[in-house]
Amino acid sequence: MTLQAPLAIEATALAKSFGDATAVAGIDLAVPAGVIYGVLGPNGAGKTTTIRMLATLIAPDSGSARVLGHDVVAEADAVRDLVSLTGQLASVDEDLTGCENLVLLGRLLGLRRAAARARADELLEAFGIAAAGGRLVKHYSGGMRRRLDIAASLVVTPSLMFLDEPTTGLDPRSRNQVWEIARALVAEGTTILLCTQYLEEADQLADGIAVIDRGRVIAEGTPGQLKASVGTGALHVRLLDPATRPAAAAVLERAVGTVVPAPDPGRLSAQCADSARAALGVAELARAGIGLADFSLDQPSLDEVFLALTGHAAEDAAAGEPPAPTREEQPS
Amino acid sequence: MTTTPTAPDAADTAAVRRAISSTPRPPRPGPLSAALTFGWRGMLKVKHVPEQLLDVTVTPVMFLLMFTYLFGGAIAGSTSAYLDYTLPGLLVMSVLFTTVYSGVSLNTDLTKGVVDRFRSLPIWRPAPLLGSLLGDSVRYVIAGTVIIVVGVALGYRPDAGVAGALASLALVVVFSFGLSWVFCVLGLLLRTPNAVMNAGFMGIFPLTFLSNVFVDPATLPGPLQAFVEVNPISVLATACRSLMAGEPDGTAIVVSLVVAAALALVFLPLTTRLYRGR
Repeated sequence: MTLQAPLAIEATALAKSFGDATAVAGIDLAVPAGVIYGVLGPNGAGKTTTIRMLATLIAPDSGSARVLGHDVVAEADAVRDLVSLTGQLASVDEDLTGCENLVLLGRLLGLRRAAARARADELLEAFGIAAAGGRLVKHYSGGMRRRLDIAASLVVTPSLMFLDEPTTGLDPRSRNQVWEIARALVAEGTTILLCTQYLEEADQLADGIAVIDRGRVIAEGTPGQLKASVGTGALHVRLLDPATRPAAAAVLERAVGTVVPAPDPGRLSAQCADSARAALGVAELARAGIGLADFSLDQPSLDEVFLALTGHAAEDAAAGEPPAPTREEQPS
Repeated sequence: MTTTPTAPDAADTAAVRRAISSTPRPPRPGPLSAALTFGWRGMLKVKHVPEQLLDVTVTPVMFLLMFTYLFGGAIAGSTSAYLDYTLPGLLVMSVLFTTVYSGVSLNTDLTKGVVDRFRSLPIWRPAPLLGSLLGDSVRYVIAGTVIIVVGVALGYRPDAGVAGALASLALVVVFSFGLSWVFCVLGLLLRTPNAVMNAGFMGIFPLTFLSNVFVDPATLPGPLQAFVEVNPISVLATACRSLMAGEPDGTAIVVSLVVAAALALVFLPLTTRLYRGR
């Protein structure tokens, strides 16, 4: 993340309530252009509502947001020109065929009939749904439908794309494909705001992450920074000669951090938050003539990060609250 | 899961990259073009989900057959005399029932989230609404034509011939444009498509029966007769009868059009406001 880069999204104290329920309690976001930025949180944390405000679908109660330099309320049409939305519920028309869906969007975006048709064919081909292009979307598999949904967002390449829970309910193979598409998009210069409740997904894709819980950002940083902020990573070494363990412990204690002896007499672990210190520790051991069979550095998982930040596990929170998909967050 | 084994069921990342790097952004479409595109969508739905059309045409045809043969003799002395009286009214009923589906399909869109995508597009805001009504008008014409054709098959012969039938159909379709906004408001206020359907028919059903569609109001008790005579559906049915008979009733036609315009004037802005707020 380059902090000097122009910001794709800049939100200040964005808030939204539905009746008595506060969905978003004041969110600040600064998303640089050209990256995948993850908004991570359990169901009901306010992710979808945040996206809906940024995508100009609902107006915030208070606070403000600029997307690609345009105010989401005062310049909503300018924002709509530049963004596209891939919803939690695949927002394609089930009663039309895949091809008709793409042609429809092409026409609505201003393509002429023939151009819209050609674009639809190109996208169906690229996303591996050409053979099913003439079938009604309601007969599609989950993975095909999700790919069509993403293709529908790319009929005209957006500068910013909102990906809301893009892999919820997908099998691992389809999930990997969605991830590959997301990486390809960023490689072509599109900024992606990724909302997810999967820690692994944010870790895999995102350059920066905002962790949100109960409508607020509770932590922000790169995946590495977030893990480091918990600070419970460790350097593990396995000694060639168990007899060198006391000497090795002394070296690591000095160079790295608190040493925790392992049950195995040939092993040692030292608490360590960053890889530079770990490398130094390994180098110091070599200088002291202590041979290593192997060594490893592990970092806390984002699950641990979430637990440390919120006091409750992400999965517990998700299981404990009813799922809040797009429509149900809205009063009818 | 329906996947076709012959096709690669996978995204081709290189092709995806080519596809997204190759598009210049076209200029925004005009309001009319956007609305017509939504009209096209409505027609595709008629094509892919013909059951909906079946629902709204079968019921009036059933009524046509039942009333003509079951009650026709008792009400008007003969089935053919009753057919003459009731067919223009059934045309009104058939098409007005179809307008409920405008609200149902709007609500269906909202519950499925496809509207979110439309609303994230830089298009003229009312285009999806106007467009779906354009598509619906195809349904209105089909529903009306079915009734007229079945009527003719049963022996109905309008004095004003084809011109009279077309004029009646046109009037009913125009009236339906106004009325459909009422159901669009219902579609935006209620939670499920089924609720819209139930509420819609709960309103339109008694209103249609408490009109002169089936019986001459002269036979009704005083207060009911007073209501039936001011019921806009009676006025519309009277206008259609007069057009079919080749003796246009100017007052009834104008009142029908004024009611349609008034409904649109009140409920169209309400619809766009509610739609924006969703």
